[in-house]
Amino acid sequence: MAVCIAVIAKENYPLYIRSIPAEQELKFHYTVHTSLDVVDEKVSAMGKALVDQRELYLGLLYPTEDYKVSLLSRLGIPCVKSMFPNQLHRYGYVTNSKVKFVMVVDSSNTALRDNEIRSMFRKLHNSYTDVMCNPFYNPGDRIHSRAFDNMVTSMMVQVC
Amino acid sequence: MEGLTLSDAEQKYYSDLFSYCDIESTKKVASNGRVVELFRAAQLPNEVVLQIMELCGATRLGYFGRSQFYIALKLVAVAQSGLPLRVESINTVKDLPLPRFGASKNEQESRHTTSYSSDTENQGSYSGVIPPPPGRVQVKKGSVSHDAVQPRTSTDQQESTSPVVSPQQSPPTSPHTWRKHNRHPSGGNNERSLAGPGPFWSPFSEAQTGSSAGDAVWSGHSPPPPQENWVSFADTPPTSTLLAMHPASVQDQTTVRTVASATTANEIRRQSSSYDDPWKITDEQRQYYVNQFKTIQPDLNGFIPGSAAKEFFTKSKLPILELSHIWELSDFDKDGALTLDEFCAAFHLVVARKNGYDLPEKLPESLMPKLIDLEDSADVGDQSGEVGYSGSPAEAPPSKSPSMPSLNQTWPELNQSSEDTAIVHPVPIRMTPSKIHMQEMELKRTGSDHTNPTSPLLVKPSDLSEENKINSSVKFVSGNTVADGYSSSDSFTSDPEQIGNAVTRQRSHSGTSPDNTAPPPPPPRPHPSHSRSSSLDMNRTFPVTTGQQQAGVVAHPPAVPPRPQPSQVPGPHVHRPVDAEGLITHTSTSPQQIPEQPNFADFSQFEVFAASNVNEEPDDEAEKHPEVLQVEKSSDPSGSLRVAKTDGRIEEKTAASAPANVGKSTTPLAPPPKPIRRRLKSEDELRPEVDEHSQKTGVLAAVLSSQPSIPRSVGKDKKAIQASIRRNKETNTVLARLNSELQQQLKDVLEERISLEVQLEQLRPFSHL
Repeated sequence: MAVCIAVIAKENYPLYIRSIPAEQELKFHYTVHTSLDVVDEKVSAMGKALVDQRELYLGLLYPTEDYKVSLLSRLGIPCVKSMFPNQLHRYGYVTNSKVKFVMVVDSSNTALRDNEIRSMFRKLHNSYTDVMCNPFYNPGDRIHSRAFDNMVTSMMVQVC
Repeated sequence: MEGLTLSDAEQKYYSDLFSYCDIESTKKVASNGRVVELFRAAQLPNEVVLQIMELCGATRLGYFGRSQFYIALKLVAVAQSGLPLRVESINTVKDLPLPRFGASKNEQESRHTTSYSSDTENQGSYSGVIPPPPGRVQVKKGSVSHDAVQPRTSTDQQESTSPVVSPQQSPPTSPHTWRKHNRHPSGGNNERSLAGPGPFWSPFSEAQTGSSAGDAVWSGHSPPPPQENWVSFADTPPTSTLLAMHPASVQDQTTVRTVASATTANEIRRQSSSYDDPWKITDEQRQYYVNQFKTIQPDLNGFIPGSAAKEFFTKSKLPILELSHIWELSDFDKDGALTLDEFCAAFHLVVARKNGYDLPEKLPESLMPKLIDLEDSADVGDQSGEVGYSGSPAEAPPSKSPSMPSLNQTWPELNQSSEDTAIVHPVPIRMTPSKIHMQEMELKRTGSDHTNPTSPLLVKPSDLSEENKINSSVKFVSGNTVADGYSSSDSFTSDPEQIGNAVTRQRSHSGTSPDNTAPPPPPPRPHPSHSRSSSLDMNRTFPVTTGQQQAGVVAHPPAVPPRPQPSQVPGPHVHRPVDAEGLITHTSTSPQQIPEQPNFADFSQFEVFAASNVNEEPDDEAEKHPEVLQVEKSSDPSGSLRVAKTDGRIEEKTAASAPANVGKSTTPLAPPPKPIRRRLKSEDELRPEVDEHSQKTGVLAAVLSSQPSIPRSVGKDKKAIQASIRRNKETNTVLARLNSELQQQLKDVLEERISLEVQLEQLRPFSHL
């Protein structure tokens, strides 16, 4: 159950961040922010090698006490996932243009399979691409697209 | 602030009002009680009042000068008529009814009583003066009726009398007001239908006859920052139609069109009563759009790049956010460029937005562009699919990027399923050539089973549940479906299944194959590149698979992809010996085995078998196979098989096999290399379905016939198996056909649902009436 979905720009500022429930938004902002470090670390580690287009999905990012952040490196190196109680898993996904998607899911619900996470990121990526295709969207702006919102909502609802 | 042009009636009325408010006769009316009350009497929401005040500049000046006051009054009229507040509308909206103050819009009684804002009644009492937009009156005509007449007269009187008098008359004025409006609507009633936008648009289109005019529309607005421009209104001076129309009609139209900006119940009522499709594009609108399109892109079949479109629509001075949303709605294929249809849709949405319509969440059906790469039926399907696109995710994968090919495929597939099963023409799908071939083959073969690879798959599970009669077949189908479901984006897989289904169907095999426990092997998969399971092992398993397929048709609906998998090994065992004996079987199976490989050969072989054994091939098979079967039966089943199969492949094989009837084809049939199979398959695909079927039957017959020639016992078993296989295949065919039909029904239902949802959305503003 995705409780938070964030789109981070290349310069590491958020383009879109949404969380459920809303009152914990600040906390999610924080976790997403911390996960960015992990993302960068993974990406840089892999970056040395050839940029493999295939693996954009980073898996469990970082195990924290409350949240599990998963980050599968884009190059396909899965991270160790540690289970904590009450955990929120964070999953990361980096595009070729260094736009990062971070998803925080609540592990208390059914453990989402990796494939499901991947498919969710794929959907996110597609929607993001559609947003990019909009000539009225300036890269770097916050994403206000309703279609994108709807898609994210559906993901958050479905996941939850 | 634009200059304000008032009609005589308006002039008089406004001056009266101003005098009324200008109690100090200072020619400047401060934002004091009377003005405020007057505006409150206008029964507009507070924010609207604030906006009016801001627009007229009173907030700037701190007081209402005469001009500001007049402008404010005009804006009140505009607001009351349901038009978005725009500075330009002051001058552009001609024939606007006088602003109405204090009149209750809805009920007569309310008019008399509460609706009159008590204070305003007393003061402004122009309450009855300004009849609400005629549309409203029209709506309420029933209720308003006679009273309206009075108000009108009284209103006239009022206007002529000093403002002071009006308060006294205010109570009665509201009815008068209504009455007055009633008079107006007469002219405007006809404007209801969209036609609502019609008249609105006609002026617009008139004004826009030339692109220059259009540009003027875009650029000719003095933009108050938050305000939108009335595209049409910018041209109102030349829009004689508007002028010619009754204010009521204008009101009606605007009200009708204003889906969400109804400020009064009257408006709402009017809207409800004049419901129509607000998104329809009239011909003149369309012509205008096309002309505009030409200014950007001379080729009507070409695209407008995103940047050019952005510039163009930015001229409309809509907020970027709204333009962005409009783009999202109208760029249906999400390619960053606008086709003519998309451009017209976008333009229409922009104009609608400028006129106060809220943007829909989903593209209205009437604005849906037709997909280019779909055939006629596809267009219909596209419409439904597109609608379904937004509303029924099951229909087609919305995501474009990864599954673009599959998306493209699904469209035609959907269309196909919507059409008759007997689709003869290949649907132009962006597929690899092999896939196209496969599709064609499939189409031809199945004839009736044209369900899209994915759509059938989608529907199959549901369909399957319904078909209990042939459980095995169902299972087979479901198995295929499931398998295909795994590769949602790989519609190729579904193709083989379809093909297989078709093949099986045509085979008219008996239902159950006792031997088949494994999931029926997928119908020949047309995509060599896509077949995951395409491996050499597959080849080896072909013979096994073949048997599997025949038997497996009835076998479980394995979730396993229909590819001939090792699971089918058990089945094929039976055929193994056959293979050894005749490669025909082998070849037949191998092609089947290889998902991408044309399994036609296999099927044809099977058919030959069946024909030979059962000799009861139906129709088409019979036609082809009569000789084939006979031949096969007689002596050279393999040879016939070869012939039956694919031209090229068969030739190869037949040549080899012909000479060696029995032993035949082991060599040529020996695991035909994949390329060969592919070739054969493509050839098969190209071949008419019937041919294939016939071939298959011939092949089967031949195989069958050849098989028995070998060990008798084995042959008998083979025959039995093949008979059962045939039955299963027939069942599969029937089921596949059923699937396609059900999918078609599903699509239809989804289309209906989507259209209903659209209607519901449109009706929603009226829901609270």
